[in-house]
Amino acid sequence: MSTHSLLHIQHLSTYFDTDEGTVKAVDDISLHVRPGEIVCIVGESGCGKSITALSVMGLIEAPTGRIADGIIDFDGQNLLSLSKNHLRSIRGNDIAMIFQEPMSSLNPVITIGEQMSEPLIIHKKMNKKQAQKRVLELITQVGISRPEQIAKSYPHELSGGMLQRIMIAIAISCDPKLLIADEPTTALDVTIQAQILDMLREFRSQSDMSILLITHDLGVVAEMADYVVVMYSGKIVEEGEVVELFANPRHPYTQGLLRSKPIINQRQKELYSIPGYVPNPLELQESCYFHERCEHCMDICRTQEPPLRDVENGQKTACWLYEKEAAVHV
Amino acid sequence: MSSYLMKRLGYTLFILLAASLLIFCLYALTPGDFITGNIKLSPERKAELRELYGLNKPLLERYVIWMNNAFHGNFGYSLDKQQPVLKLFNQYVWNSFLLAIVSTFLTWLIAVIIGVIAAYKQYSWFDTFVMVGIFAAMSIPSFFIGLFLIKILAVDFKWLPPGGMLTTGSNATGVAYLKEVIHHMTLPVIVMTLLGVGSLTRYFRSNMIDVIQQDYIRTARAKGLSERKVLFTHALRNALLPAITLVGFELPALFGGSLIIERIFNWPGIGQLYMQSFTVRDYPLLMGFTMFIAVLTVIGTLLSDILYHVADPRVKI
Amino acid sequence: MPSIQAEVTNVATNRPQAVKSSLWRQSIRKLLKNKLAVGGFAVVVFMFLLCFVGPLFSPYTDNKVNMTMMNKAPNIHHWLGTDKLGRDVLTRVMQAGRISLTVGIASMVLSVFIGTLLGAIAGYYRGIVDQVIMRIADLLLTIPSLPLLFIFGALLSEWKVPTDYRMYIVMLILSLVGWPSLARMVRGQLLSLREREFMQATIVLGLRDRRKLVNHLLPNLVPLLIVIATLNIGGAILSESVLSFFGLGVMPPTPTWGNMIDAANNMIDFQERPWLWVPPGFSIFATVIAINIFGDGLRDVLDPKQKR
Repeated sequence: MSTHSLLHIQHLSTYFDTDEGTVKAVDDISLHVRPGEIVCIVGESGCGKSITALSVMGLIEAPTGRIADGIIDFDGQNLLSLSKNHLRSIRGNDIAMIFQEPMSSLNPVITIGEQMSEPLIIHKKMNKKQAQKRVLELITQVGISRPEQIAKSYPHELSGGMLQRIMIAIAISCDPKLLIADEPTTALDVTIQAQILDMLREFRSQSDMSILLITHDLGVVAEMADYVVVMYSGKIVEEGEVVELFANPRHPYTQGLLRSKPIINQRQKELYSIPGYVPNPLELQESCYFHERCEHCMDICRTQEPPLRDVENGQKTACWLYEKEAAVHV
Repeated sequence: MSSYLMKRLGYTLFILLAASLLIFCLYALTPGDFITGNIKLSPERKAELRELYGLNKPLLERYVIWMNNAFHGNFGYSLDKQQPVLKLFNQYVWNSFLLAIVSTFLTWLIAVIIGVIAAYKQYSWFDTFVMVGIFAAMSIPSFFIGLFLIKILAVDFKWLPPGGMLTTGSNATGVAYLKEVIHHMTLPVIVMTLLGVGSLTRYFRSNMIDVIQQDYIRTARAKGLSERKVLFTHALRNALLPAITLVGFELPALFGGSLIIERIFNWPGIGQLYMQSFTVRDYPLLMGFTMFIAVLTVIGTLLSDILYHVADPRVKI
Repeated sequence: MPSIQAEVTNVATNRPQAVKSSLWRQSIRKLLKNKLAVGGFAVVVFMFLLCFVGPLFSPYTDNKVNMTMMNKAPNIHHWLGTDKLGRDVLTRVMQAGRISLTVGIASMVLSVFIGTLLGAIAGYYRGIVDQVIMRIADLLLTIPSLPLLFIFGALLSEWKVPTDYRMYIVMLILSLVGWPSLARMVRGQLLSLREREFMQATIVLGLRDRRKLVNHLLPNLVPLLIVIATLNIGGAILSESVLSFFGLGVMPPTPTWGNMIDAANNMIDFQERPWLWVPPGFSIFATVIAINIFGDGLRDVLDPKQKR
């Protein structure tokens, strides 16, 4: 694995202007993905993980949504400063994305085959015939038999698992350098989930494609990730190598997440859940956004935001607990 | 499929039968008739004519005779024009159809384009402008806008003829004839398009707004498609789909003519024919016309239903 | 399935709020933000004031025939000129507006009442009652409304209804033609409401029919009805004007906007004296467009799902 990064997000802030005020859905986050690496973004719904992905794709919808600040460096160019046409030539080509709901992510009135051939025709400059041929290969590649019949069918005629395979086939059709997968297995049955994840891993190892995987499922993280980023209320609260992070979670939120996951053979009387709720994004004040739910809450947590600092072994965390510790050590 | 269709068909026939009875009674109820109102006739002649047309028979008997004839393709004989009603319809309906088909085509074209753009730029100044335009078009009294445009474009500026289908006394043929008709139909077509375009634009706009929020539109963008392709291929296909049901509802308007517009522009269509017949109480024609529209309405509704099932790959009967 | 982005913005707005009065207050606040709707409302209010209060300030309300002032173009004394009997057109327009607005509102009230009542009965009791009511509604919707209006209008003329009473009968006619589509809508709403959880709860609680209908179902229809009622006024004003324009609605000397245009629909008045027919036409247009815009704003606020 090389050390330079394929995708480098720096100080990204994505805001939504609503009638009630501005929601800072993503608030000053930085992360990078190296070639061939699988990076997972973990967090509860509404923490900004999907918005981060959509920001990279340039799919934040004006006028309510806007990228307020930051740089998204992909393969040496800042995506945010590219022209719309230039960005479009990267989208679906060098960066591809699959979504959470396979059932609604494909156009109901256009055949599978036509939807699959579109990116091939635009990005790979194939003619219709070549594209059709490639579509059949791709369908076989994602493990679906009878490709001719599938290509002619409409989305409602296929199951969710098959549709997600089709989505993956569309995504890998132009050999992207980066695949963004936004909760790709959440809407599927457990058995299908494993197949889809296996498939993603396989394509990664075949083509050295990087994957930015967005999920709330720590099982998926443990299975897939090389590197993990934990988000909460639009901020990164902790990040690190997957083994390290699972063994040594520092941030109380990460600890809580890991504790609330049921572990086989260890039946507890009651499943742990983090007390309280995610704060209203409109009412956020300068503070650690987790302080209301944190069992270690201190005075400073209520008034100041903790910076994201290196802790150990490349792990970083944003928590005043370790800030104090660091200060003592110095 | 077939049992559903049979049920719908059965109900359609029932409604038509009930409608025919109602229409007949309504016109029978309307006081005055063609003969009584005609001062040129002597009392003896009037009685003779009443006898001849069966107007002195009881109501129900007259209805049965009328329906029986209708089933045999005979909708009666116009008292005023002294011709069979069906023959008159055939003469006039195509003039109405000409106006309707051109203005319907324009209405749909304009509504789709403006609706799509307004939805895409929702809340922009363009969208607000379109919304006001939509409401304006929906709020104009048809006869007033007709008179107003005649006054400005025909009377004051003399750009277009104020009415009719041909210049009086004209005997143009071929291309000249065609040109003359187009010249005469411009103004009524403008008015009819204006009157229809509001609600249809609004319909397409709100359909498009629903559609462009769907996940598959995001997927289309994520694939790197151009905005034009996203809008006009992926979104529009979905937004047009429910509009197919409207095609059926357009049916009465296509063939039924427009009472008001044809009257104002003196266009020799079926609506104008109705208005003329109404003043002289030419009942066979009036009943025939109303029944004609009722049939079109019912068939149109049925057609919409079927078309929707045919068009949407998701719906199976 | 709305996009994630919509979801994000919703997190903030979907906080629980229970109190009923605050819901209305919130609706009003939302409505006030819609500048177009506020503008529409302002025009509606203006037209009402003009028609109902305006004539009080006019020196020409007696409609005296004044042979010396016949067919005068707009001037300093008569802002919109005078008609063939020397009457002030502005005053006539205002007085006509009284009738047109009254007819519009009254026939709306009547058709909303009939439509809601029949629709509610059909949707609530279903079975044979529903069948009969809805079949009649279907039937009336099959027959084109303009010929229907014309027939009724002709009936009025032949029965020699005194002109003073004609406006009341016109109201009745308009509501007779207007109720079926309303009844259909109310019934549809009721049927879907019946299936909702809170109605299941009333069954479990063993409430009586009337109580269920009046206390639990109808209040849920109120927002929809307000919207429809508003938009219906516009439609009724338009229909009345058409009817009166063809001489089948309200007849002179009772002025309405429609019959004022009809009165001027002859070669000379039409070509040479636009002040006789353009002002009433624009009054209809301004009133109806304002009502439609305001009604649409109301719909956005009260009944956001019912878009279109």
